Amino acid sequence: MSDQGVSRRHFLKVSAIAGGGVMFGFHLLADANPAQHLADTIFSPNAYVSIDAKGLVTLMSPNPEIGQGVKTSLPMILAEELDVQWDKVHVEMAPLDPGKFGAQVAGGSGAIRGRFMPIRNAGATARQMLISAAAQQWNASESECYTEDAFVIHKPSGKKLSYGELAAKAATLPVPSEVKLKDPKDFKIIGTRVHNIDNHKIITGQPLYGIDTRREGMLYAIVARPPAFGKTLKSFDDTETRKVNGVKNVVQAHNVVAVLATSTWAAKKGRDVLKVEWQDADKLESTTDHDASFAELLSNKTDKPGRNDGDIETALTNKDYKIIEATYEVPALSHANMEPLNFFADVRGDKAELYGPTQVPANLRGAVAKALNIPQENITLGMPRQGGGFGRKLQTDNGVEAALISQAAKVPVQMLWMREDDMQGDFYRPASMFKYQAAIDPKTNEIAAWHFNGAVLAGGSAGKPDGFPAASITNYRADNHNLRTNIQTGPWRAPTSNSVAFADESFLDELAHQMKKDPAALRLELIEKAKNQPAGKKPGYDSEKYKSVIDLVTQISGWGKTKKPNVYQGIAAHFSFNTYAAHVAEVTKLKNGKLRVTKVYSAINCGRVINQSGAETQVEGAIIDGLSHALFSKVTFDKGAVEQKNFNTYKFLRMKDAPIEVIVKFVPSDDAPTGLGEPGLPPIAPAIGNAVFAATGIRYRKLPFEFNKA
Amino acid sequence: MATYKLSVNNQLLTVDADPDTPMLWVLRDHLNLVGTKFGCGIAQCGACTIHFNGFAVRSCQLPVSEVKDSKIVTIEGLSKDGTHPVQKAWSEMDVPQCGYCQSGQIMAASALLKQNPHPTDDDIDLAMNNICRCGTHYRIRKAIHLAAKKGAVTK
Repeated sequence: MSDQGVSRRHFLKVSAIAGGGVMFGFHLLADANPAQHLADTIFSPNAYVSIDAKGLVTLMSPNPEIGQGVKTSLPMILAEELDVQWDKVHVEMAPLDPGKFGAQVAGGSGAIRGRFMPIRNAGATARQMLISAAAQQWNASESECYTEDAFVIHKPSGKKLSYGELAAKAATLPVPSEVKLKDPKDFKIIGTRVHNIDNHKIITGQPLYGIDTRREGMLYAIVARPPAFGKTLKSFDDTETRKVNGVKNVVQAHNVVAVLATSTWAAKKGRDVLKVEWQDADKLESTTDHDASFAELLSNKTDKPGRNDGDIETALTNKDYKIIEATYEVPALSHANMEPLNFFADVRGDKAELYGPTQVPANLRGAVAKALNIPQENITLGMPRQGGGFGRKLQTDNGVEAALISQAAKVPVQMLWMREDDMQGDFYRPASMFKYQAAIDPKTNEIAAWHFNGAVLAGGSAGKPDGFPAASITNYRADNHNLRTNIQTGPWRAPTSNSVAFADESFLDELAHQMKKDPAALRLELIEKAKNQPAGKKPGYDSEKYKSVIDLVTQISGWGKTKKPNVYQGIAAHFSFNTYAAHVAEVTKLKNGKLRVTKVYSAINCGRVINQSGAETQVEGAIIDGLSHALFSKVTFDKGAVEQKNFNTYKFLRMKDAPIEVIVKFVPSDDAPTGLGEPGLPPIAPAIGNAVFAATGIRYRKLPFEFNKA
Repeated sequence: MATYKLSVNNQLLTVDADPDTPMLWVLRDHLNLVGTKFGCGIAQCGACTIHFNGFAVRSCQLPVSEVKDSKIVTIEGLSKDGTHPVQKAWSEMDVPQCGYCQSGQIMAASALLKQNPHPTDDDIDLAMNNICRCGTHYRIRKAIHLAAKKGAVTK
């Protein structure tokens, strides 16, 4: 590849894939043809930026958009450094091309964190080249030139040239290796309130999602999969299926059977009359077994604690100390993306075209190449907007399955999972159990010892040994147990944190009440200790930043001062993905005796905020998502089978249980941006539990909460 | 298989489909109106909400054979180019995150405002029972109040 950057041809290629083969219906998109203007690209110094002769700036958004807002916020960073007006740029979703765009992943709250500097550089590089082009044209010094709203301006003379006018010349210049970035105090776009770039398409129902893919000759595939973990396919009889109007084919792909038809409904009807025999191939596990095994594991410590400061043994057997014990439980959860899993695949010989929802396009392409035994280079992969992610699409099974079906049936297929398939074939947030023992020294009224003993299904970590309150308690130990399973588990929004924050922050609240201390004041006291007299090695959090969110949330919520009748507050905080989040939840006792979470205040320290509106929605959403799961959702297994098959039994919050208000404030910061898709979720469940305790005196130690069940 | 003449978004359209085919799939697969979304297939989530003679219904439970001469409006036909006050309010409040459930939410909200031009929070609690996994409920509530304030209602 030359210094001149991305060629015209490359962009044509990109656009063809980016179009994704979506056949638009009679509601044709006005701007559905990105190839049109990209074909006129005359300046493209890197993969992210292209400018045509009319001055239209097209910015490529490299990471999958799953609702976390990066299709808006990443181009904002580019536009800032390029110095163009936000409402004049055109944003495109990039196709998979890690060679040009680096790691294209939606996960780990990492898009903004990882791309802030590289994307600033990409934008600044283009701007620098446009300045050079103008300076050469005017025979002026570059230092006399500056940019504003897609123009280069010569300060002494006031002459100006648009980026469009300069594009052709800029394209002949070498790409500078080092460029000067804007001084953040000059930011005009970063930190402002910018709306979701796809809002208009979303609110008018345009075909944006993988599930909307339509192609000539394409068949719809609905798949029969094993009804329980531990079962495999034995045999099937498709006689009745093939009689269903519209059914064209039935194919086997590894352990599943796919019915292909001319419509989703026909494929579903065909699948429903398919006679399949499944066989037991492995043990069939139940949640009751898991719970019993958790309890057994937690009766012991491990050989290798994750952290072990001081001597908890001595402290916990000290007769002068008050010993507090509690056990917390969280269930398995489904991802339940609103857009059920699907993928489009068109496999022809050793070539494949794929289009569909994935958080890890490069991994998915690799997995498809392996499954089909074809070279990766022969696979194109386009990324549509996605109806949620939450970690489910860090797995690649949907893309692989569609590709195998297309290969077997030799037709393009749009493979769709019915909700029941999606819910029974998930990689679940693993269930976990936490046992705490703490010692309170009555003389000092301080926590003398803290023992965390956690157990989690599968291989992850039940807790965060170096997380708060590590380093603030002299005798502190964290143990982690794993329970082997054949149930599929995987990351789910804010892995580990989404479970352990509930337990840690609820137990801390218990201790505060035991010591008759204000729960917010206790946290500040512990933070001070971790800062000034840390126990053991450095903790995984920054005391000052942790304190900043407690301070802010207590301030905005009127913590401890609220006089609203029948309203009770609970506080909780958590650090994850380099971001600090503290919430105060308000629970109201309703006239009917039930409790409702009516208001949530949130303080976040995530470094510099890129998009004020997008950042707020991420936190508001994480709070409501976390509240929803804390109140309603659980997955249980019976002999390997998932007991909740659809939204009638796997419940979500509805408007009547949603908070009336969610107030989100960010701690002002010039630090580099940190993660934001996940950190708002972990502290909400404990904030609610703590508020419910304040309201009722009852401590709920198991999720989902059952305080309205009585 | 039977032939049906349907009034969809003020157009008369002809569809060949089995009588038990839910309108959801007729819209999505036969008419290529994919703005109406599939979420659960059992009338729980509301992603497939459409207007049926002006009322919000869940199209996954509406067989094509029962539509007859009723008027169907989908998100694509709610307004020309997204200018319905509810759509505008959704944009102004920056409601969508992933966006997948929002066409169903907008259809539910626009039907609510038609019946009840100035809903209270309690009215919204009762009428808006669609699922949103992203947790946009707070902004949806604000957007409905905004649309009401700006006079969403055209009888």
